[in-house]
Parts: sequence; structure tokens; C-alpha cells
Amino acid sequence: MTNLLTKDEAPAATTTPTKGSRFTAAASNYIEDRTSISGAVKEFGRKIFPDHWSFMLGEVSLYSFVIIFLTGSFLTFFYQASMATVIYDGSYVPLKGLEMSTAMSSSLHISFDLRGGLLIRQIHHWAALVFVAAIGLHMLRIYFTGAFRKPRELNWVIGFVLFILAMAEGFTGYSLPDDLLSGNGLRIIEGMVQGIPFVGTWISFLVFGGDFPGTAIVGRLYTLHILLLPAIIVALIAMHLVFVIVHKHTQFSGPGKTENNVVGAPILPMFAAKAGGFFFIVFGIIVLMASFFTINPIWNYGPYDPSPVSAGTQPDWYIGFADGALRLMPPGLEVVLFNHTYSFNILIPLVVLGLFILVVLIYPFIEAWITGDKREHHLLDRPRNVPTRTAIGAAGVTFYASLWAAASSDIVATHFQLSIEGVIHTVQATTILGPIAAYLITKRVCIALMKKDREIALHGYESGRIVRLPGGEYIEVHQPVDEYERWKLVNFTDNKPLMIRPNAKGQITGLQKVRVGMSKWFFEDRISPVTTKELEHGDHH
Amino acid sequence: MATVALIAIGLIFTGGGYALFSSTATAGTSASSQTTIDEGKKLFAANCASCHGAALQGTAAGPSLIGVGAASVDFQVGTGRMPLAMSGPQAMQKPVQFSPDQVSAMAAYVASLSPGPAIPDASLLDGKGDATNGAELFRINCAMCHNVAGAGGALTEGKFAPPLTGVASVHIYEAMLTGPQNMPVFNNANLTPEDKRDIITYLKYLEANPSPGGYELGSLGPVAEGLFVWIFGLGAIVAVTIWLTAKSN
Ligand code: HEC
Ligand code: HEC
Repeated sequence: MTNLLTKDEAPAATTTPTKGSRFTAAASNYIEDRTSISGAVKEFGRKIFPDHWSFMLGEVSLYSFVIIFLTGSFLTFFYQASMATVIYDGSYVPLKGLEMSTAMSSSLHISFDLRGGLLIRQIHHWAALVFVAAIGLHMLRIYFTGAFRKPRELNWVIGFVLFILAMAEGFTGYSLPDDLLSGNGLRIIEGMVQGIPFVGTWISFLVFGGDFPGTAIVGRLYTLHILLLPAIIVALIAMHLVFVIVHKHTQFSGPGKTENNVVGAPILPMFAAKAGGFFFIVFGIIVLMASFFTINPIWNYGPYDPSPVSAGTQPDWYIGFADGALRLMPPGLEVVLFNHTYSFNILIPLVVLGLFILVVLIYPFIEAWITGDKREHHLLDRPRNVPTRTAIGAAGVTFYASLWAAASSDIVATHFQLSIEGVIHTVQATTILGPIAAYLITKRVCIALMKKDREIALHGYESGRIVRLPGGEYIEVHQPVDEYERWKLVNFTDNKPLMIRPNAKGQITGLQKVRVGMSKWFFEDRISPVTTKELEHGDHH
Repeated sequence: MATVALIAIGLIFTGGGYALFSSTATAGTSASSQTTIDEGKKLFAANCASCHGAALQGTAAGPSLIGVGAASVDFQVGTGRMPLAMSGPQAMQKPVQFSPDQVSAMAAYVASLSPGPAIPDASLLDGKGDATNGAELFRINCAMCHNVAGAGGALTEGKFAPPLTGVASVHIYEAMLTGPQNMPVFNNANLTPEDKRDIITYLKYLEANPSPGGYELGSLGPVAEGLFVWIFGLGAIVAVTIWLTAKSN
């Protein structure tokens, strides 16, 4: 870039650079001579980012992570992860003189006696909620547009692991103040761990360093929260972003957009400027929330004490699905066999959720196996064009949402004046039937939308203009779509079920049959895209 | 005959028990003048006897009020729960139907027939007790139903513990003393009058000092926070992303 300029003298004859640009030039030369960074800047700066609002959700997660990182560092200066007891002597009156852990009293100190402490605490916590939520939305976008297909399967796995780690970060952070609410959360985790047959009690003793709650757990969670988990998260985020650069960004199909190009703005300068501004907007929104809305009022919960439990004890939203799964279990599932109690009310949710997480984690591989699709994909699918995938996604979302609703069953009951049993039974039903209904409805809706697209591509929009022909016949005039619009409607891949093929030995294996069956299920109901021939024909209508 | 005998035995036991336990109870009743009691009797006969019986003995539509004391009547009528409007999982609150004088007249009447917990003395309601002790007692004894911040909570079969903000100190005290419906009774051996005063002090502290962190979102905890972050937090952020990528360029 600055090759034209030699070390310090600008060629005075041609143009006279201002003082500012001379400084920039000198500075960039200095850096370039020592780092050879221009290659990287050129490579990175020319990366193209297509414009679509949903492509910015990943950025939101990244920015909220940065905010969490900054505010969290501030909090570590004042928080003390110790369960040694002290007598609280800060300025919050209804806790004065109470015995509590140092962790709790230092959290209260941050909230009441440290300038700006409460604001930073609330920014940290709100940003954490935004962080996980933004990852969730980002994942949904990736899923429903098929952006996880080859070559991006591994990045899906990394992203999903990040989602799990973010939940772990959230949960460990939620437990640090050692207040009543978080203590109850830990108690539930302890119960779940103890529900595992044979080893549960031992694991629980290992984790808590003896009986619950003991004096070790807060310190251990703190190490996880500020050292181990963030280190892994930062490393994975870096990998995630490198993959995004390597794979280039996906785009929706449109005129001029192909599998081999990316249409959009280069990172430098437009995109970077927008993104930088966007960071501050996200920061601003979170700071506004933190300034005006209380989050986690630990002073109400008071210090942890194993005896009391408050009504409305829930985990933060992202752990809600697990809490909900426990609440949905009907009573009477504990079985005593050979002097051992098997708590199926805990084991069933553990296994079901474990399977759910596993399926989401490896979904790209499952789909690739079923469809036998080994091509690279850089053009995104419109959700309607892959009805089965979209329907599976809708079923998954319904399942997750039901678990989530179950976690707030008590609040739903009081606020809508319902009985809690009624709420639980309803949610039990939606957890099982809801996904099935969502699957069927979504699939039909997708197919109907595809039919409509086809109709529009071939015959144009209904213009609403009725014309009477000389013969007395009435027709509605259809207005053809312009070519740009039509491109979006017709340009998608036509997938067909796999054919049964014998393998190299000429046999048809059982696995083959399963695969073909699955593929049929996946692709049987479909609407083929409009062909050029049909279009030509349609134009003459 | 048997019922009358049972009631008589019950009267002797509960009355005797209360006389032994709390001297305030009897002191409160004997202080009411006969005219107030007569007025209360008329009001009771007109508004309550259909369900609770002319001699407080109870009917199929309402329980016996023998031995419930002035505190229970003052709480039930003073918070608008009685007279009962419709049956449901729990007697609901309505606008209070009687003037304070009428309420105390009925309370005096019920107390005059059989002793029971009296309306607490004003010195216990001043909200000048020990808030720390009150907060701790509240978390241990009340929060499982009413939530730590007194925001209320669900019980089984459509019953619920109501939110405690805006409840008069005297009604808080009486609620603890008489245990309305599904709420347990916290008698004086359980929570001393001083303890009750401390609990009231804490609840009044919460009422007078809004959350230092900003608007409380109903003090409902993580569910409200989660809904808020999804609807307003992410809602705002998504709106911005749409605005940023809108095609003007
Ligand atoms: C429609 C019938 C009905 C009417 C009228 C009615 N009540 Fe009640 N009352 C009930 C029922 C039923 C309960 C029990 C509520 C429960 O526990 O769910 C009750 C409970 C009470 C209690 C609490 C008893 C206890 O064990 O502490 C008091 C005190 C009371 N009523 C007083 C009154 C007074 C005073 C009036 C008149 C102003 C009145 N009620 C009118 C039906 C009625
Ligand atoms: C087992 C659950 C439970 C516990 C524990 C409990 N309550 Fe209640 N409380 C209730 C229910 C249910 C009601 C509603 C009764 C009614 O409507 O008649 C109630 C009503 C009240 C009311 C009346 C509110 C109003 O709006 O008029 C007050 C005040 C109250 N409780 C205070 C307390 C205090 C203080 C404690 C602790 C010492 C406590 N409660 C413990 C269940 C409980």
C-alpha cells in the first residue's frame, strides 16, 4: 500500500501529504518492516462479507463475550472465592450482622460499597444471558439455512461445543455469589449427580470435597469460571473464526451469486467500520439493560443456607431446559433393586437430554450420511426448500421450548391463575406430541410454500386485475416476476432419494437399506425447482 | 345434641388453651364495649351467618368460627377475602366490603363468643424491629411459599401464596397468627411476637426501598430475566442488525 513512499520523505513534487497522512505512512512502514503484516491485512481485509441481518448474530455472540470478558476482569479484582464465614458489615441493612461466606459478602461489597460495582455486575450478568441467547439464535440460523453442510461440519461442532461451554460458564458464574438461589441450583446438581447409580455418591463427594455444600465448591467453580472454561472458549472461538475465514462466508442464492464466489462488502473498510459500530451498539443495549433492570438481586436471596428454598427458584434461562426436564417427570419412578435405589426420575432426563445434545452435535454428519451428499455447499438453502430438515428443526425447537416452559411452570400457574398440576400435565403432553405436530405442520407448510414459489415463477403474481375478454370470459391478469426475483425462486438444488446400490462385493447390506429408507423419508416429499424449459414455456402463457 | 356437646368441649379446650397461652387475647376481647359487640352481631347475622352459622358453629358452606379470634376476622374481612364471593381453590381477595369500624365490630363479636387470637398491639407493627433477623426468619419460614422478595408463588391444585407487597402490617401479623387457608399457623411459640415484628420490619423495608439495581421485573427471578433478555434484549439487537443490513447502499 505504502510502497510508493520511502522512509521519511514523501515525493514533494507530486502531492504534498498532510502532516497526519505522513505520520500514518511512517507508522505503517515501521510496523510493516518489523512484522510483514501487510500480507495478512490484505488477505483478511479483502474477505468479503455478504449482507443479511441473520449473518450478524454470530457477531453479537462474539461482542457479548468481549463485554463479559472486560466486566468479568473487573469483578475478579474484588470478588473473593472463599467459603470462610464472616459477619457481614456492609451497607445493606437487612443483611447487616448476618454470618455468611466471604464469597457472598464480597459480592455484596461489589454491589453496594464499590463505585460502579453493581452496574458492572449487572452488565456482566445481562451480557451472559445475551451471549448464550445470541449463540442459540446464531445456531438456529446456521441450522435452518443448511450452513453446516460440507465443508463446515466441523465448525458446527466447534460452535455447538461453544454453546455448551457458554452454558457451563453461565452456570459456574451463577453459583459464585454463594447466595440462596445459586446454592439451591447446586443442590439440584448434587441431587442429579447422586442419582447416577453406583458412582453418583462418590462423584458428588469428589466434586464437593465431602458432604454438600462443604467449603470447597465455590473455589473450584471459580477456577473453572475464570481460568479453564474461558481459556477453552477463547481457543475455540479463534478456531471458529479461522474456519470462517478459510471457508469464506456462505450466501443466499441470488443473481450473480454462485457456489464459487462471495458477493458482499470487503472487511476493510466498510464492513469493519460497520462491525465496530455494531459492537458499541450491542454494548450500549446491554449497558441500558444493566442500568435500568435488576438482575439476580443476591441481597434478596441472602446467603446460602441448606434449609430454606424460595418459591420461584429457577436457573438462568439456558439451564432451564434441564430444570424443566426434571419437573416433567411423573412421580413414583424410584425403584429399589437389591438394596440400591434407582432414581429413574433423574436418569431418564439425564439420558434423554444427553441424547438430544448428542444428536444436535453430530447432526451435520447424520444428514450427510442420509442424503449421501458429498458436494461442497457455499450457497445457503432457503428453509422451505429442504422441508424435512426444517421440519426436524421445528420439532427440536418445540421440544426444547416445552422443557423450557416446564421450568417456569410455577410462574405460569400463578400468573395465569392455573393449577400447577394442570400446567405440568399440559407441558408433558406438548413435550411428546408437540414435536410430532410441529414436524408434520412445518413440512406441509414448506411444501405449500415451494408450490407457491413454483407457481409464481411460472405464472407470476396475481395482480388482482380482472379482465373481461370479448367472448365474455373473465380472467385475472398475472404479472410476471422480474428475473432477479425469479432467480431466487428457481435456483435451488433438486435432491432425490438415494437408489439402492450393491457394494463392491455385489451385496446389498442392511445398512444400505436403512440408509436408503432414511433418504427416502428425507427427500420423498419434494417439489422440483422450475426448469429452464418450463420457464420458457411459461413465458409464452 | 352431640354437635353441641362437641362444640362445648372444643370451646373449653381452645378457650382454656388460649387463655393460658396469650394474655393479650383475652385482654383484647374484654376491652370491646357491649354496643360494639351488638353491632357486630347484627352485621354478622346479616352477612356471614348464612355460611358460618348463627352461633359460629359452621355450615356446609363455611367452617366454624369458634375460637378463630378477632385476628382471623380482622384479617379475612379486612383484606376483602370475606364474605366469600365464590368458591374456588382459594378465597380470593376483593375490594373490602366494610368500614374499619364495622370490621372491628364483627371481630369483637366473634371474639366475645369464644376467645381466640386477638388483633395485635400497635407496638408490634411499627416496623422498627431488626430487619436482618426478620429477613432471615422470612427466608426460613415464608420464602418457600411467598418467594424471597415476597413476590408470591404457586401451591398445589391452583392454590397460591399471594404477593406480600402493599399488605398492611396488621394483616401480615394476623396472617402469621391465624394461618389463613393453606398457610400454616405461626403461633407465639413458633415465632415470638418480637420475631413477627422483625418480619414485618423486613417486608416494610423491601417496600420502602426499591431495588438498588433498577426495575425488579416483578422480583420473579431468572424466568422474568430470561424472558426479558429474549424479548427486549435480543429483540433490540436483531432490530439493529436488520437496520444495519437494510438496503440503502
Ligand atoms: C359464601 C359463604 C361465606 C360467607 C358469606 C362468609 N364466609 Fe367466611 N368462610 C367461608 C369459607 C368457605 C371459609 C373457609 C375458607 C378456606 O379455608 O378456604 C371461610 C373462612 C372464614 C374465616 C377463617 C376461619 C379460620 O379458620 O381462620 C373467617 C374468620 C371468616 N370466614 C369470617 C367471615 C365473616 C366475618 C363473614 C361475613 C362478613 C364471612 N366469613 C362470610 C365462607 C363464607
Ligand atoms: C405453606 C405455604 C405458606 C407459608 C410457609 C407462609 N404462607 Fe403466607 N400465605 C399462604 C397462602 C396460601 C396465603 C393465602 C391465604 C388466603 O388467601 O386466605 C397466604 C397469605 C399470607 C398473607 C396475606 C396476604 C394478602 O395479600 O392479604 C400474608 C401477609 C402472609 N401470608 C404472610 C406470611 C408470612 C409472614 C409467612 C412466614 C412467617 C408466611 N406467610 C408463610 C401460604 C403460606
